[in-house]
Amino acid sequence: MTAQIPLVDYLVLGDEPHLEASECTSCGARFFDRRNACAACGASGFDRVPVARDGELRAFTIVSFAAPGVPVPFVAGVVDCKGTAVRANIVNVEPDSQHITLGMPVRLTTWSLGPDEQGTEAVGFGFEPVRVNGGRR
Amino acid sequence: MSEAVWILGIHMTKFGKHPDLDLVDLASEAAIGALADADVPMNRIGVLAAGNLLGAAQGIGQQLQKQIGQTGIPVYNVANACATGATALRTAIMAIKAGECDMGLAVGVEKLAGAGLLGAGARPSTSGTWTPSGRFGAVTALDGLVGTEAMPGVFAQVGMEYGHRYGGTSFELFARISEKNHAHSTLNPLAAYTKRMTLEQIMGDVMIAYPNTRPMCSANCDGAAAAVVVGDSALSALSLAQRRRAVKVSASVLTTDPWEPSCQVLPDVNTLTRNAARQAYEQAGVGPQDLDLVELHDCFATAELVHYDNLMLCEEGGAVDLFESGATWRDGALPVNVSGGLESKGHPIAATGIANVWEVCQHLRGEAGDRQIDGARVGLAHVIGLGSACGVHILERAAA
Repeated sequence: MTAQIPLVDYLVLGDEPHLEASECTSCGARFFDRRNACAACGASGFDRVPVARDGELRAFTIVSFAAPGVPVPFVAGVVDCKGTAVRANIVNVEPDSQHITLGMPVRLTTWSLGPDEQGTEAVGFGFEPVRVNGGRR
Repeated sequence: MSEAVWILGIHMTKFGKHPDLDLVDLASEAAIGALADADVPMNRIGVLAAGNLLGAAQGIGQQLQKQIGQTGIPVYNVANACATGATALRTAIMAIKAGECDMGLAVGVEKLAGAGLLGAGARPSTSGTWTPSGRFGAVTALDGLVGTEAMPGVFAQVGMEYGHRYGGTSFELFARISEKNHAHSTLNPLAAYTKRMTLEQIMGDVMIAYPNTRPMCSANCDGAAAAVVVGDSALSALSLAQRRRAVKVSASVLTTDPWEPSCQVLPDVNTLTRNAARQAYEQAGVGPQDLDLVELHDCFATAELVHYDNLMLCEEGGAVDLFESGATWRDGALPVNVSGGLESKGHPIAATGIANVWEVCQHLRGEAGDRQIDGARVGLAHVIGLGSACGVHILERAAA
């Protein structure tokens, strides 16, 4: 099997890929990046906790014009995963406002960014619409 | 209680393309204009606060002094995202309130014509080995792979999130906000763009980040603005003409974003603006209902909508209704961005937080010409920069 590496260190690969947050042991605030201390309460202890794979699309934009080297169009959004907000691309959907609607249910999916020179495959994540009657997965 | 502070003189340059003027030329024009408007010489100024975001390491304040007067006074070079100009103004105000001097000069200047997309850099080519780096342990640049870092898309989501929470928004609604500001700009000779645009033109223009098309985005341009501020006691010793045109700074507030559960994911431009507005109304002893005009930070059409709510110009959740009522057009009950706003006047970043105060002052002094809001007595100027920083100033016409 090809060796894999996640796009970001808060993406956990395996049979059930999911996101993992750092949760403040004192106040429960969640973060995805490395923190020196909690921005909410100042405490410095964190636990790793899994983030729900299902969520609701709370905001989105369809980016048609981006920095050089960034393929367009793509859909950027904020997904509310059972109370934890996640920044992600919305994938496996036509990038237009007929197919993407605020509040629509979405779920985590992963995709390959390709191998590096050693053959290690980087894996990214996004959220795709949940089809009620028979999904894509 | 520290003494009240007044705008004694204020000036903005024409916003737009100034290929023949450098940063120092623009800053000098604004500073000399503000001193002339105040009718005081440079050697009367006790503090200089100078803002320039893109060249923050270059010391624009000292460069400016070498053109308009090296008087040896303290200079504060400030950089605070899109709130840089407001921060410079507030720095000069604070020096007066602290009793360090009785007159100060604040300048904001930026050269941004042709700058393109802000907030996102070109994606580096990937080669070699996937190696995690940075605070996300990312193996490559994340813009476009994990959402968007460019401003049009960030603020698009800010507006969409508001729509999700309260309903009533649409591409057309946001475009109509832009239509208003472009209509307003036709009366402002200092705006970068003064062309009226139809709703069809706005919606049919190049899409940048849905629902923001190009004319719904702030215009990158060159420009500068400057203000001379003075304390109460020093003002009372000046001429009647100077006192009559002085504009009272009833509130000067700067906030940053307090932690909110999702602010790390999508910048929360709401809470800090709401906090700044609340503090400003309290300082000034006025409420939103007392405002005759508002210049708010419409860096994108989607942003203007949420700031109606954040500045409490409407009930919570009522921003769409406020706009639909026509209140924020220049002939409405509460005109917003009669200058044309950042979408048409332009947004030379560090100049913006003083230029919006200039606009309000023009109306309070009755000197706004064709776009005068009749009888204006109280106005509010708002800026927000991501990171975040929010500046709010409330200004009142002199009683004299």
